[in-house]
Amino acid sequence: MMILFDNVSKRYPSGKEALSDVSFGIQTGEMAFLTGHSGAGKSTLMKLVILLERATKGQVVIQDINLNRIAAKHIPVIRRNIGVIFQNHQLLFDRNVFENVALPLYIAGFQHREVGRRVRAALSKVGLTRKEKAYPISLSGGEQQRVGIARAVVNRPPLLLADEPTGNLDPALSEEVMNLFLQFNQVGVTVLIASHNQELISRLNKREIRLHEGRLL
Amino acid sequence: MKTSGATTSGVSSGGRAWLRNHRNIAIGSLVDLLKNRITSLMTVMVLGIATGLPLLLYVVLINVLTVTENFDGDPRISIYMNKEAAEEDIESFLTIVEKHPNTAGFHYISPEEALLDFQLHSNFSDVLNSLSSNPFPAVVELIPRDTDSVKLRSQIIEMEKYQEVDMVVADLAWIERLFGFISLAKSIVILLGLMLGLGVLLILGNTVRLSIENRRSEIEVVKLVGGTDGFVRRPFLYLGFWYGVGGGISAWLLVHVCILFLSGPVELIAQSYRDDYALVGLTMIESLSFFALSSILGLLGSALAVRKHLRVSESLF
Repeated sequence: MMILFDNVSKRYPSGKEALSDVSFGIQTGEMAFLTGHSGAGKSTLMKLVILLERATKGQVVIQDINLNRIAAKHIPVIRRNIGVIFQNHQLLFDRNVFENVALPLYIAGFQHREVGRRVRAALSKVGLTRKEKAYPISLSGGEQQRVGIARAVVNRPPLLLADEPTGNLDPALSEEVMNLFLQFNQVGVTVLIASHNQELISRLNKREIRLHEGRLL
Repeated sequence: MKTSGATTSGVSSGGRAWLRNHRNIAIGSLVDLLKNRITSLMTVMVLGIATGLPLLLYVVLINVLTVTENFDGDPRISIYMNKEAAEEDIESFLTIVEKHPNTAGFHYISPEEALLDFQLHSNFSDVLNSLSSNPFPAVVELIPRDTDSVKLRSQIIEMEKYQEVDMVVADLAWIERLFGFISLAKSIVILLGLMLGLGVLLILGNTVRLSIENRRSEIEVVKLVGGTDGFVRRPFLYLGFWYGVGGGISAWLLVHVCILFLSGPVELIAQSYRDDYALVGLTMIESLSFFALSSILGLLGSALAVRKHLRVSESLF
């Protein structure tokens, strides 16, 4: 089991309950979509997985590790095994494509030569080999998103999380990005994608986890 | 956490990776600093002035102490002999003076010598000639071994007890004042050093805070892809360190330019005292400890800022 939510509730200090008694599991190697209106709790769920937030009640277990038992100083180690892709890419605009993608490797302490090898492999996977010296500002939205994906997978994490990865892309680019996720999934990576794109979801025929006002449907 | 075999290959052992990261970030932060030449230079100059001021005072103090140490035989004690004292009494008194433990040397001026000297060096020889007798008493100029004011005072009181002695004069007041001023100056240097040190901490804290604000998004991304707090903190600590080093060097230069500037006038004054005194700068050890101190201040200032401002909102979703 890659992700296991067991009766998880999350109440924010403001009093708002973002998740109520949510229980589900995602198998290792599975690909699933997380759907629901904005405010349904998708973001909160993702935050719990990468320990940006802690569950108020219940257990979140990732790769057989109960996150409730993870001390703050061990959070970085957990995050290094999860690739995260954001809707607005979260690229660093003062660094070129190579440096952006290499960031997780430098953080994990990879040797220089290994960094170059892996970054080029990740860039070739997303089709940006020739853009490694370019700065994000000079790239199109789709290219920026693919840099974000390359950064998420460069570390070869067993789990990929994506938050509205096609939110700002036209249908053709959305399709392209989804195909990338399918490819990663085919080589064994577990993928969880929060998305509104109902058309793509139904076409891909993958499992759908629906949230409504903090509860599973 | 399970890690796939592929993930572990290529990662160097913890210590080596850590050292390499330190080296990269130390160099990287220095390069960043040099890239924004003008802002960095201004900050470094401000730091240089703030640390240079107490340093300059310290150098002045050292020079004052060196000058007062060089006071050749000063202060002198003048012992005026009783005019009625017999010659042999004076002579026995001189042996007493000579044997006193606090006597470094003495010079006896007989009334005749005093008269001759006065006639030579003043325009009142006619007046003296009109006098029927020599108005000058015999004088012993005593050079004390220890110029400590307590010892001097006890020696004066001792000398005054002798019948042959009319009066003992030593200008203790100005010596006491001088040493008073020196100890005051020492306190001022310490106080000023503390205040400006605090100023340096605040300046650096603010500079590092701005740098943190500028790189807020970078910090958030780094934390999200598994950067430890130490990894996030490190560039800012090195930034503070480099600012400290730069500030120290500019303070050192500032002080030595001041010395160069002042050495001319000081030499002129020294010459008027028939002395060949030259201003003393900082020794190698003093300079190195000052650099160490300023870089520690830099590190400390940024550590304070980092502690306060590195709480990340992590609101990326």
